Amino acid sequence: MDGEGLRLNMNGLDYLILALYFVTVLGVGFAARRAIRTSVDFFLSGRSLPAWVTGLAFVSANLGALEIIGMAANGAQYGVMTVHYYWIGAVPAMVFLGIVMMPFYYGSKVRSVPEYLRLRFNRPTHLLNAISFAVAQVLIAGVNLYALALVMQALLGWPLWTAIVVGAAIVLAYITIGGLSGAIYNEVLQFFVILAGLIPVTVIGLVKVGGWNGLMDAVGDTKLGEAGLHAWQDTGSTANPLGAHWIGIVFGLGFVLSFGYWTTNFAEVQRALSAKNMSAARRTPIIAAYPKLFIPLVTVIPGLVALVTVKGLGAESGDLQYNNAIPLLMRDLLPNGVLGVAVTGLLASFMAGMAANVSGFNTVFTYDIWQAYIRRDRSDEYYLRVGRWATVAAVVIGIGTAFIAAGFSNIMNYIQALFSVFNAPLFATFIIGMFWKRMSALAGFWSLLLGTLVSLSLYLLYKGGVVDFNSDLEESFWGAGLAFVTAVVVAAIVTPLTSPKRDEELRGLVYGMGGVDLKGDVLVGDAAWYRSPVLLGLIAVALAALFYIPVF
Amino acid sequence: MSNDGQPAQDPLIDKAQAEQRRSAAARLFDIRRVIGGLFVAYGVIVTLIGIFDSRAEIDKAEGVRINLWAGLAMLVFGLLMLLWQWWRPAEAPAPNEQQPDA
Repeated sequence: MDGEGLRLNMNGLDYLILALYFVTVLGVGFAARRAIRTSVDFFLSGRSLPAWVTGLAFVSANLGALEIIGMAANGAQYGVMTVHYYWIGAVPAMVFLGIVMMPFYYGSKVRSVPEYLRLRFNRPTHLLNAISFAVAQVLIAGVNLYALALVMQALLGWPLWTAIVVGAAIVLAYITIGGLSGAIYNEVLQFFVILAGLIPVTVIGLVKVGGWNGLMDAVGDTKLGEAGLHAWQDTGSTANPLGAHWIGIVFGLGFVLSFGYWTTNFAEVQRALSAKNMSAARRTPIIAAYPKLFIPLVTVIPGLVALVTVKGLGAESGDLQYNNAIPLLMRDLLPNGVLGVAVTGLLASFMAGMAANVSGFNTVFTYDIWQAYIRRDRSDEYYLRVGRWATVAAVVIGIGTAFIAAGFSNIMNYIQALFSVFNAPLFATFIIGMFWKRMSALAGFWSLLLGTLVSLSLYLLYKGGVVDFNSDLEESFWGAGLAFVTAVVVAAIVTPLTSPKRDEELRGLVYGMGGVDLKGDVLVGDAAWYRSPVLLGLIAVALAALFYIPVF
Repeated sequence: MSNDGQPAQDPLIDKAQAEQRRSAAARLFDIRRVIGGLFVAYGVIVTLIGIFDSRAEIDKAEGVRINLWAGLAMLVFGLLMLLWQWWRPAEAPAPNEQQPDA
């Protein structure tokens, strides 16, 4: 991408808005420093945060640039079907995490997702997951960093190197100094800045195409056609823009892929673990589900507007790739002023995504690898120091992996493939282990390992041309589903052949074993009906179903 | 899910729990003030730009005075955040070893 055609006409005031944001982000990092005395403060914010803060950080940690740029690109490429990622994908999984799984995570006081596996199964399962998570996080951090640099190069004309180093330096500064509190507080701020940047693009875009009805009419005349306007109508076969059957959507995307991502991804779950009590931890993903319901309005709609208004969008390379849908609209529609806010929002979203990867990495590295296997009995100050160095290492390695990511042409599909390989088998192992107390420690290990290998093999066979799918996305749906089934089958075969864990070892970790206290740490006001996790969760799922009606 | 007894014990977790008792997290500042402050600043800047927008800029945005509207919206949002903080200041969290029981 030469980028010349995408260059935005930023003036001094736009840069002032951007500079104000950078200063504020660093200020938040320094202010959060005062709140760090122990490793628990650094890695889990001392488990002291209110639910609205952790909830917005939860959604923001996922609102990386890959999400915004990628979902707008999917909106332009696949049309309205992109909403499946939100309404059948994210929302039910987030609600499930809050209602069903969080009592085990938060109640057992584990400090990370891999640590749950250590208690529930054994150390090999733990080490396998800790290492694969750590590797995946630095790879994804690199992808975020690379995407950030690409946009800064294209929009602002900064050299790729400068953009990568500046972005990495800012994230490094506020996490090393402010720990998870620095990351979370900035994520809350980023959430609002991202919206402030995307809403004007969406509003003017809709004005340009004559409102919602004008957009619907216009999309019918594009290469996407009428099929681009329906989420479910053509899913009886694979003859729809996404190339996916409804079984693949419901089981692959809705169940395995999304539940796997949202419920076992520590970069997300960590936000809930930092909440101040059980009720706030359970409400964290559920509060996050509400903004998530509405985010397609500011990603999918701009994608469709770009499809209609930008001639030639959808090129294989160059400035008119789908990935540039939002930057192109910003260039065409935003005057200086809101343009500065929009650019700031875009950069904020890159930093939010990368910060989530880095803060997840430093915690798992310190607690689950260094403390558990390398240097066990040291002082808390020692681990706090290790955490700060792990942050530096993660960012430096992230700069390296950014250049690996530069070698892939389609970043979003690469990420989806990563999720289907790592998260789907992990979710299967979790869900069986959480609900079937008989499942043995060895079964946990083999389920996780073989599930991962099966999904990885399918991906490699598809890439090698041995197996055929309609799209990369369809491959990741099936890869996830197959990994899930493999993990279930392996658990069913290995468990009867191996010895179970003792009941008292499973207290607080497995459903029906007791040891989970939902009310022990309630605060004044938590009993209010509007703070009931179950009620809030059910309303969110009902809204997701209702939202489908106008775009069925 | 019953209330009987404690979750399974683990030495590494117990150690972290003990450390948590000398947590300094109660000294966290209130993020609402930062959000409110930043958005008031953005609101003022963008509204001022909006007031002095030229015809060309308004035409670029399809005839919408987007700077004016977005600026005012951000200003109002920022003020609401500050108002919320002023109206419901964060209660000082209880020290971890003695959680209030209701």
